[in-house]
Amino acid sequence: MASGALSTLAIATLAGALRVSTPFLFVSLGECLTEKSGRINLGNEGALVLGAMTAYAGSYLAGNPWLGVLVAATCGGLLGVLHAGLCSLTRINDIAMGIAIMLAGTGIAFFFGKPYVQPSAPLLPTLPLGLWSDSPQIRSALEVSPLFFIGIVIGIFMTWAFQNTRAGMVVRIVGDSADAARAMGLRINLVRFAATATGSALAGIGGAFLSLVYPGSWNEGLSSGQGLIAVALVVFARWEPLACIGAALLFGAAGALGPSLQTVGVSQGYYLFNAAPYLLTLVLMFIAVAPGRRMRGAPGELSIVR
Amino acid sequence: MTSVSLPRELAVPARAAESGRDRTYWLRKRLESAIIPLFALLIAAAAFSVFLICLGKWPSDFFALVWRGAFGSAFSLQNTLLRAAPLLLTALCVALPAQLGLVVIGGEGAVVLGGLAAAAVAPLVAGLPPAAVQILMGLAGCAVGAAWIGLVGLMRARRGLNETIVSLLMAYIAIAIFNHLVEGPLRDPASLNKPSTRDIGEINMLGHLPGTDVHPGLLIGILACVLFYILIYRTSFGFAARVTGGNLRAAQLQGLPVAGLIIIACALGGACAGLAGTIEVAAVHGKANASLAAGYGYAGILIAFLARQNPLAIIPMSLLLGGITAAGGIVQRRMGLPDATMLVLQGMIFISILASQTLYGRITWFQPRKSA
Repeated sequence: MASGALSTLAIATLAGALRVSTPFLFVSLGECLTEKSGRINLGNEGALVLGAMTAYAGSYLAGNPWLGVLVAATCGGLLGVLHAGLCSLTRINDIAMGIAIMLAGTGIAFFFGKPYVQPSAPLLPTLPLGLWSDSPQIRSALEVSPLFFIGIVIGIFMTWAFQNTRAGMVVRIVGDSADAARAMGLRINLVRFAATATGSALAGIGGAFLSLVYPGSWNEGLSSGQGLIAVALVVFARWEPLACIGAALLFGAAGALGPSLQTVGVSQGYYLFNAAPYLLTLVLMFIAVAPGRRMRGAPGELSIVR
Repeated sequence: MTSVSLPRELAVPARAAESGRDRTYWLRKRLESAIIPLFALLIAAAAFSVFLICLGKWPSDFFALVWRGAFGSAFSLQNTLLRAAPLLLTALCVALPAQLGLVVIGGEGAVVLGGLAAAAVAPLVAGLPPAAVQILMGLAGCAVGAAWIGLVGLMRARRGLNETIVSLLMAYIAIAIFNHLVEGPLRDPASLNKPSTRDIGEINMLGHLPGTDVHPGLLIGILACVLFYILIYRTSFGFAARVTGGNLRAAQLQGLPVAGLIIIACALGGACAGLAGTIEVAAVHGKANASLAAGYGYAGILIAFLARQNPLAIIPMSLLLGGITAAGGIVQRRMGLPDATMLVLQGMIFISILASQTLYGRITWFQPRKSA
């Protein structure tokens, strides 16, 4: 009995982790890219919600969910363009502007999203990776969205690109030392503009996952703050795209553990599990940072690590 | 002490000499901080008008309705004031640490935990007279809020952890603790659909200001804004804090107790946010439940930035935001616009006002004139 409950728990947590982690994965990769260029974008929460709405609307109107994903990336990217454009003015606080962008993005999504709460749009297909198993639980747990794998590929690509491509190096230089970048004749604002817009587009795709895969509908309570949590997640991952993948899975699993525990009858401490990833991030920061020492891997120009 | 006579030019400080030639600078300097935000508001209103025209609605109808819904009648004005009350205090939670150059964005955590502490204390001291219960609730809320954000300050001061990330993480942890306690140990078994703590009792609720439906929390908030204005701009503590915020190195060289200042400013801010939660419990809900996490902490961040971290400017900005939220209902009913309209308007105002920060110091007319 106990082992049965344990395997139910493990499967439910695995299923939850695969589903819950994908939006985290996209938003954190987007946030990671933006922060690597030396700017923080809390507006990714707005891009996520706007992406969720536009993806659903796009899929409903065009009848093709992949077109919805494209629309979400575009709209998220536009919000990033707004943030990047405004933050390139002098004396603008990127944290406060991010919150304003979050508010505007969420507002626009709710405003235009009202007509799409009721109708059902075509959802993205999933890959049935559990066909080998007889257990319906495992089968449904391993219905993995292709977006999950796309996110992992993007994460691996970003790691490689930061090390091995000119564009990746340029982003890192701009993020680590504006003085060095200026001395090399790099156009700092342009690089940050591109990084922020691309990052927001990724956040938009994360939103598309919410509305087109899991939970797979559009309503105003769809996001549970993944866009803001991504900031913590990127710190946890020490600004490494590969580590972002692991961190997204961990945050997803921690988020899924609570509901899974409920399915096997454990209801105590449900909410404390939700706090586990944040507590872990805090402890990690506490260990990693010492007075007068910057966190390893942190971009030097980033306002939140100075 | 021997008296030394100095040439007149040296004895008179440069500033006095300058103002002698540029008599209106003090006025233009103040005008700058009034005109730029007004200009930003106009830009936001213009952008929103374009948005409305694109949807086939008349902007004039809209703004007339917002005025009516926010300030037009005694009822709507009271609604506005009620919504502004918690924002005064949560904005202080951002503005006080900001004097030291810190960006604390986790006020929401102190709000929920402060409110929870107040709701948890009330049943323990139920026998006491209402005034004593209210004071104890307030103290509990302030203490928990101060401890929570003070911890953020402690980690910043002693360990160098970034206060923005830490406060955000701690806000999520606070909400998890809040949910755990409200749905577990502190839950009132009678609250079925919406888990809540036990009621603090009708008699212990803060009443209304005479002749209105507005609770005294509004006065407490305004009082706090005035007191902290005095603290920041008229005391040596505030001066030390502003020196630290302006130039950390200079503050350290002067031997200012930087770490202590950081912890105290954060704790004071946290106490304000905790008090905001307490007032919501003691004046509005009567118990602690999920309604407490209504985003007052996050709205406070924006208000503080809109007010440029000046406690007195927080008062009109809270009224502005409170008014916009209060007018949401009437706009929705009369113009057939979704309730998110107000969110769009808020977003535009905030973006515009934040972007206007770039104008400060750039318009030559506002700058001190070079003496020839």
